[in-house]
Amino acid sequence: MATKHYPTPMLDVLEEGPWPSFITGIKNLRDNHPNERIRNMTNGVLGQLEHSYETRMGYWKGGTISVFGYGGGIIPRFSEVGHMFPESKEFHTLRVQPPAGNYYSTDMLRQLADSWEKYGSGLQTFHGQTGNIMFIGSDSKNYQGFFDEINDYGWDLGGAGPCVRTGMSCVGAARCEMSNCNEQAIHRHLLNNFTDDVHRPALPYKFKFKVSGCPNDCMNAIERADFAIIGTWRDDMKVNQAEVKNAIMKKAAEIGKEGDRAAGRQYMFDNVISRCPTGAIKLNDDDTMTVDNSNCVRCMHCLNVMPKALQTGDDKGVSILMGGKRTLKIGDLMGTVIIPFMKMDTDEDYERIKELASTVIDYWAENGLEHERCGEMIERIGLVNFLEGIGIDPDPNMIQQPRNVSYVRMDGWDEAAEEWFNRKREEKMAAA
Amino acid sequence: MAAEMREPIESGCPDGFQYMHPVMRRNYGQWLYHEDPRPGVLVHVARSGEKIWTVRAGTQRILDVFTLRKLMDIGDQYGEGFVRFTIRSNIEYMVADGEKVEPLVKALEDAGFPVGGTRNSVTTLSHTQGWLHCDIPGTDASGVVKAMMDELIDEFKGWNMPNRVHMTTSCCQINCGGQGDIAINVQHVKPPKINHALVGNICERPSVVARCPVAAIRPAMVDGKPSLEVDEKKCICCGACYPPCPPMQINDHQYTQLAIWIGGNHSNARGKPTFQRLVAAGIPNNPPRWPEATAIVKKILQCYKEGARDWERMNEWVERIGWPRFFEVTGLPFTKYHIDNWRGARNNLNSSTHIRF
Repeated sequence: MATKHYPTPMLDVLEEGPWPSFITGIKNLRDNHPNERIRNMTNGVLGQLEHSYETRMGYWKGGTISVFGYGGGIIPRFSEVGHMFPESKEFHTLRVQPPAGNYYSTDMLRQLADSWEKYGSGLQTFHGQTGNIMFIGSDSKNYQGFFDEINDYGWDLGGAGPCVRTGMSCVGAARCEMSNCNEQAIHRHLLNNFTDDVHRPALPYKFKFKVSGCPNDCMNAIERADFAIIGTWRDDMKVNQAEVKNAIMKKAAEIGKEGDRAAGRQYMFDNVISRCPTGAIKLNDDDTMTVDNSNCVRCMHCLNVMPKALQTGDDKGVSILMGGKRTLKIGDLMGTVIIPFMKMDTDEDYERIKELASTVIDYWAENGLEHERCGEMIERIGLVNFLEGIGIDPDPNMIQQPRNVSYVRMDGWDEAAEEWFNRKREEKMAAA
Repeated sequence: MAAEMREPIESGCPDGFQYMHPVMRRNYGQWLYHEDPRPGVLVHVARSGEKIWTVRAGTQRILDVFTLRKLMDIGDQYGEGFVRFTIRSNIEYMVADGEKVEPLVKALEDAGFPVGGTRNSVTTLSHTQGWLHCDIPGTDASGVVKAMMDELIDEFKGWNMPNRVHMTTSCCQINCGGQGDIAINVQHVKPPKINHALVGNICERPSVVARCPVAAIRPAMVDGKPSLEVDEKKCICCGACYPPCPPMQINDHQYTQLAIWIGGNHSNARGKPTFQRLVAAGIPNNPPRWPEATAIVKKILQCYKEGARDWERMNEWVERIGWPRFFEVTGLPFTKYHIDNWRGARNNLNSSTHIRF
């Protein structure tokens, strides 16, 4: 009955210390789980992990497996040292799409744990770097059963491989006063418009959507998403002057100078007024605040420092940046502004954002090289070609500064200038 | 067999509202402000006057079902049955009754889950899979994070930093771990070792050639078999060829090392988002506790804590004091490897007389 445990002297060291230990958790499964399969699998995986710690090498190999009807969503793992640790020689991970904002009821997490226990190793992660729930450790016999069971009660696989990947959204309008958009709706409209592209990898490489409700960008969308949606607003921010006064006195108390108005004001000068990147805020002698909204760039700093006194405006919408990605292959790229502002209120707005995403993905699928992210394609072909390809007009918000090299062919200048004036005229007429 | 297979329901991303606390559902998009009563606790106030308290706790990310159930038990007994996870794998419990906060904090702490990670703290490192599950890892992630958070737990639980500190790890140079104020990433220092006997059968050679960022790989016949060869002078040891072609082994018990990067900041607050910058390399990949990497991280954090002004993120602090002073105060060596020679490198050079003496 008692299975022989692989020795784990190095991993045991990771049971010491105050931070919760994943090793203690895995050992608990190995030693105390009623299901023999789980005890064995976790024993094997601990043995292999110890072997990695000793030799400083990894021993998993990929492959191709998926559930019936899909082409992706599972990260296959076959052990290279399966002869040494046969109990975990197959240890596949199922990537499951969480709801936007990662909300769960305790009941639902228990239900998922019960299902996973029937089929898998009993190990899971909330969440992987792409944003999936990772159910880590299933063998080839069992992953289909697990998927069928959780798929029946509302869960679906995320993306793996060259496909539209699982999206990520911040806590958003559900609990954050900084939110400027309906992250839940945007996330689901976009992702569920592309379920086919999530489940059947057929794109040049991965494509990620991430939604942050404000420019604090808690989802790291600009830097990590091919298609970043950032909530913003375009009217004036709201200033509650009474709360500005309160904030000054409260700050004075916080820094140990209770009742010292001058100290509170000094803190505001040092930490709010002088930190505004465009010098757009003024603290007046009577402790009111004046904002030059036409020069506010919605950086969020003053709102972060004074959440009670300052609020975002009412004319909310989103900015869309495209082409962000991590290192492979040409180095890190931030996304570039493609849509400076877009309302996200009506059904038509949602249709428009879905159409835009489809256009971008189609253009990239057509023009991207194998294993080339959208941002790398933009870098290779130039932003202008990309804009023409997806039918978006140039906008000065897309650039940090105009070109500084004169080596460019400009024989279309007159037409381009005329188009600009025409567009401006149309915008003016539309606004009137 | 196929006849018995079940057709998948392509439901995609599920509806999040069904799992939200009712107070959050009711006040969706109607939040007015928030306060921070203590580290690890937030209270949000809606226009309706309703409030929701959040208690945030650190977890080990790789959760076993026992630990998950323990977290759920706490959520049912001390919370109100609704949780969420942050991007850094912290768990958050939402309660409408403020009286529940202290007992909930105590229950979490008693069960070994530190409460904190909000505002100007060092929150949990976001991390990758590492040796436990990745097919190309140069190091472990869960282990590095456990070892570092053991040492930084007081910084997680307190508000001692000038601003928030986001840390990340990545187990390869492809870098799934993302940007951080401090990032601990794998750095390979030798070209891949090629198992020529296997390349022809396992690898799609043109794809591997195309994958190389510096065009250092070309097809070759080795011992009469089709294989690949690497121009070792050109090779930057990035390991990009390894995922599509495992016989090009990049990982090595000695030459796979760690490097530390700082100043990655994804927020638009004050300045524009920034990439992280190399500050230290040649750090041994030393399981199970990686003490050398932890020591450098702690030193950088200490200098930041002492030198930065309120609200300055790591990148803003360095921008203000200048890189020469950063290397001076941290005692880290500045080498030729810190000087960028990748595309666009001259943007990273100093073309001014802005020099501090």
